[in-house]
Amino acid sequence: MAISDVKEYTHLSAEEVEQLGRELDAIRQEVEESRDAGDAAYINRIIRVQRGLAAGGRVAMLASAYSKRAGRPALVAGAAMLGIAKILENMEIGHNVMHGQWDWMNDPEIHSSNWEWDTAQPAEQWKHSHNYIHHQFTNVLGHDNDIGYGILRMAREQKWHPMNLGQPVYNALLASLFQWGVALHDLDIERIRKGEKDPQEMKRQLRQILRKGRNQVLKDYVVYPALSGPAWRSTLKANMSANVARNLWSYVIIFCGHFPDGALHFTEEELEDETRAEWYLRQMLGSANFEGGRTLHILSGSLGYQIEHHLFPDLPSNRYPEIAVKVRALCEKYDIPYTIGPLHQQYGQALRTIIKLSVPNGWTSSDQPEPPSPVRDRRRRSDAERPSRRPELGGWSRSRERSAG
Amino acid sequence: MAVTTTIPWDRVRRAGSKLTTPLHPDDYLRLVNPLWTSRELRGRVEKVVPETEDAATLVIRPGWGWRWDHRPGQYIGIGIAVDGKYQWRSYSVSSPTKQGRTIAITVRAMPEGLLSSHLVNGLEPGTIVRLAAPEGDFTLPDPPPARMLFLVGGSGITPVMSMLRTLDRRGTLGPGGPDVVLHYSSTTPERMIFRDELVRLEEAHEGFSLHQLHTDTDGMLDLADLDAVCPDWRQRETWACGPSPMLDAITAHYAEAGLEEQLHVERFSLELGGGGGEGGTLTFRNSGRTVEVDGATTLLEAGEQAGVGMPYGCRMGICHTCTVTLVSGSVRDLRNGDELGQPHEQIQTCVTAAAGDCTLDI
Repeated sequence: MAISDVKEYTHLSAEEVEQLGRELDAIRQEVEESRDAGDAAYINRIIRVQRGLAAGGRVAMLASAYSKRAGRPALVAGAAMLGIAKILENMEIGHNVMHGQWDWMNDPEIHSSNWEWDTAQPAEQWKHSHNYIHHQFTNVLGHDNDIGYGILRMAREQKWHPMNLGQPVYNALLASLFQWGVALHDLDIERIRKGEKDPQEMKRQLRQILRKGRNQVLKDYVVYPALSGPAWRSTLKANMSANVARNLWSYVIIFCGHFPDGALHFTEEELEDETRAEWYLRQMLGSANFEGGRTLHILSGSLGYQIEHHLFPDLPSNRYPEIAVKVRALCEKYDIPYTIGPLHQQYGQALRTIIKLSVPNGWTSSDQPEPPSPVRDRRRRSDAERPSRRPELGGWSRSRERSAG
Repeated sequence: MAVTTTIPWDRVRRAGSKLTTPLHPDDYLRLVNPLWTSRELRGRVEKVVPETEDAATLVIRPGWGWRWDHRPGQYIGIGIAVDGKYQWRSYSVSSPTKQGRTIAITVRAMPEGLLSSHLVNGLEPGTIVRLAAPEGDFTLPDPPPARMLFLVGGSGITPVMSMLRTLDRRGTLGPGGPDVVLHYSSTTPERMIFRDELVRLEEAHEGFSLHQLHTDTDGMLDLADLDAVCPDWRQRETWACGPSPMLDAITAHYAEAGLEEQLHVERFSLELGGGGGEGGTLTFRNSGRTVEVDGATTLLEAGEQAGVGMPYGCRMGICHTCTVTLVSGSVRDLRNGDELGQPHEQIQTCVTAAAGDCTLDI
């Protein structure tokens, strides 16, 4: 089956698909040519606010530790500020900077090649597992490791196993420990288990994760509590709350990206000879947006515009709202579904799928518009087995050669 | 005015980074004061002093990390955000060494130069700019030679001004110090940067003589006349700075006299004398693009043509903004022909070309 056989496209001729591709290219070009000081001011302002919140949160916690008058309200306010700072840093700043959305500014301090984010996963591994694997092979079974993250069964095409009965529990654990789940994502535990992973590469990645994770743990659970003296326990708890809040929030947002009912899965065959326009189409059909105000979107790293983000991962996130208007109009023009709904509905659908797919397919009904293709056992692929990468996804690097050199 | 540091700032910063990881303390401090960071060199424009109708001196106060080690005659890189994007150029420092906590560069607005016009006419005091450390070999030796000749055209006066001011500051111009002759060509007297100051210097110092040539009315300097202007020019160590044709003529004249050894030349454009690379297939690993290049196209140009978001700065091998890691293969430095091919060598993409197939980490 080629991508043109997916039901949602069949009414489009090959020429119409290419025409849609050209119209999307034109949107990209228009944004690229109009990036200016206003966009630069946006990211600099977000960074200023985020660092202010982070510093303010830490100071408030210390004030609560040493001043009776500041007391508990300062502690709670501090934890809240720190939580929001971490959310902003991971979502609207880190994720987007690492996609190369701000590389055009030629500012080495805000550049995908050297940004390191405030979470346990080393940036380099994120850029591989996310920018490359997830963004290029979006929702292709056996290729996109983000379908269930190797922990959850999220597509009916994935074979059921009795282990899947525990899905609701794994899901809760994944949500609360999200940053650690993400940290281990690029290691690809499935391939390690099967002995397919290069041991040297694994060692290198593990060392990277341990170093990054250690610094993160030391900061939140040793250094700041120690600075708080006798109140160390409160500071530790406040820091933990901030981390857990960030984990839960980013988990919810990310699960709304590709798991609501309208987002389709694809098979490996659909990748064959895929043109750029067809790649655009797969991104549009495989992603789901959610509705919300400006603040909600910024706190979500603009991933409420998941469709636009997947079409143009390296355009500045503050432009997604205006891009969305145009993309939606194109979807209407070409009669292609544009999946969108309120946040609670989108997450509710993802959660329902997690629960339904914990049991064999026959026990439940599918909520997806497309009847699923036959169940197959698919293993995860290595880079060597994947088609070469698309250039618009933002940088990533594989430093095996670097360490070998 | 050597600053003796008793606090080990590096250690303090390292300790502080335990609190700010994965960022550095400087990433927070710069939000309090933009100059409180040494991650990138920065400076604040304190004053913009008009020199002529189309030239101005920018007095800049550098932030943390500036080493105050520039030698008179060197240039620095300056990066300013234009439409949200950092653009880099290099300008000679015109202030003498060791003068307070500021440095000055003097810029002439070029007819086609958007950035130079912006620097001269559009820069508000208080603007924060990026800086690149001083570089260049067109410098005043210490101690200076006994007899010196400067051949200057137009804005080529700026590095020479730094040398003259340094000599003046040290009180070494004149009797006892070096004997200095300056031949300064400019289209008109009004366009002559630092004219008043040079005239004052000449009046104050016996050992300094100034020859002005106004080329609009008197024509260009014919080097055959050099014997009349400065009869002992063959005995003088010479520094020449100005437009390319003038420098070409001077270089030829000195070569003819067999005196290349005592001539120092400063060009404000990239001179690629090292021959080309061999060309090959250039692979940009992170962005997954490949492009066939010839041996004359710089890696920076090739990357830009291929649509890779290459970092860049001065585009003449000075500021190192464009540096990326060479993963495999080798490249040729177009300035001197050196081949660079150490595994994981840091290379400046604006002055190198492919010497065979190579892969860059970007």
